[in-house]
Amino acid sequence: MQAIKRKKQKEKIIEGFFLICAFVAVVSVLAITAFVFYNGLKPFISNSYPLWDFLTGVEWRPGSNLYGIFYMIVGSVYATFGAILIGVPVAILTAVYISEMASSRIGKKIRFAVELLAGIPSVLYGVFGLGIVVPYVLNISPMAQGESLLATILVLAIMILPTVVSISETSISAVPKEYREGSYALGASKIQTIFKVVVPAARSGIMTGVILGIGRAIGETMAVMLVCGNPIAGIPTSLFDQIRPLTTNIALEMGYASGVHQELLYSTGVVLFIFIMIINLAVNKLIKAKVGS
Amino acid sequence: MDTNIKFNTKNLDLFYGDFQALKSINMEIREKEVTAFIGPSGCGKSTFLRCLNRMNDLIDSVKINGEILFDGKDINGPIDVINLRTRVGMVFQKPNPFPMSIYENIAYGPKCQGMKDKNQLDALVKESLTKAALWDEVKDRLNKSALGLSGGQQQRLCIARTIAMNPEVILMDEPTSALDPIATAKIEDLMSSLKKDYTIIIVTHSMQQAGRISDKTAFFLMGEVIEFNETPIIFTNPHDKRTEDYITGRFG
Repeated sequence: MQAIKRKKQKEKIIEGFFLICAFVAVVSVLAITAFVFYNGLKPFISNSYPLWDFLTGVEWRPGSNLYGIFYMIVGSVYATFGAILIGVPVAILTAVYISEMASSRIGKKIRFAVELLAGIPSVLYGVFGLGIVVPYVLNISPMAQGESLLATILVLAIMILPTVVSISETSISAVPKEYREGSYALGASKIQTIFKVVVPAARSGIMTGVILGIGRAIGETMAVMLVCGNPIAGIPTSLFDQIRPLTTNIALEMGYASGVHQELLYSTGVVLFIFIMIINLAVNKLIKAKVGS
Repeated sequence: MDTNIKFNTKNLDLFYGDFQALKSINMEIREKEVTAFIGPSGCGKSTFLRCLNRMNDLIDSVKINGEILFDGKDINGPIDVINLRTRVGMVFQKPNPFPMSIYENIAYGPKCQGMKDKNQLDALVKESLTKAALWDEVKDRLNKSALGLSGGQQQRLCIARTIAMNPEVILMDEPTSALDPIATAKIEDLMSSLKKDYTIIIVTHSMQQAGRISDKTAFFLMGEVIEFNETPIIFTNPHDKRTEDYITGRFG
């Protein structure tokens, strides 16, 4: 009896330890959210800066007490959208190639390269962008600078590849072989089988990869900072215009800002936060709706 | 050559790597008959079935020697495999409808062959489901997911999907082993009604099933065909001692 009781107690203690570990993540997310929102909402509650001007303004001039982030929101959305538009098709085709077409030897090599890509620190992406992509864009650009929406899109498109490729590949490989056999037995070709049966069956996994890719693209800071130009005003109207995404705005100035200026940088963080939440929820809904049908 | 012979294999050997799974199979399968393959697990009956529509192509390590004549033409030669598979359909052990609507499951094969006309597809879907005795059960939910059907319905859907290609031969790899007795009975009824239009070759674990539905039965053992004959003869008066031992339940 005594032995059983002690064993039970031990189990309880171990379980408690696991709970504490799990708690770290929950507490962290709550703490970060609370901290950012608390600081970020302060200027609007205390009326030290009007919310409307903040959200709709197209100039960010701390010296003149102008803090408008609308052009940053537009820049962030454009850059993310562009990166997804280019990166996702490339990533899905890569995943298909690795899991359905390549010999296992070549597949392994490509997978290894993709994993390496995931491990490269983002600042190095930025340096690569600055050294290769920006001069290239400058060459074809009608403007006098290469730092631009286009350069940002290209760098981000490469950066989201590893996430989207590896998650898509996992879910494509997880499609039961019975589906493939069923398709081949009906006289479908390999390409028809892949694009009409296998990829649609892996849809929800691929969408998860895309969401994470969007999250990465919209949240990326360091690499983007080096190639986007960071202008102090102006809604981008062409691919060659400079942009100033929400993330880089925070990173560029948080180090020295104070007072309302600093608080409004937190506010920028709040907007970024809300964006990511909206995207997550929207895509989650989308997946559920599709799976349900 | 007898035109009624659909498949004719000559000295067919099949290897998985170094393991020989089929040993010198010689068999004539006739048109519009039901031919059953029986035998213990691992005897090569499914492997042989999968030779007939080249499904073994999907496995890298397979090597095949010998001939498989389909309407007199060797299908191991340089043939159009896609064309072969439209003429020789297959139903699998585990019902495997695609994760799409019932309608799309049937329309998939014809669409892959380039059929686009909506009316034509509608008619084909209805005809195929009717032939598979499923139309009445699903006609009101053609656009619902096929995965919502019961196991027996899913298997009849897979048969309907195969019929939609208008094949000459239907291969069935233990089509009822995952189903309950009632669903099994429905599939067996279906097979007897399909027999007049199609050549059916079925692998089965159930000797009763082979006895009920087939015209000819082949008994496989360790990669060889021990005996191939009229079903009643196999079950009442087998010529080989091993066949007798198997059907009387002495092993297997």
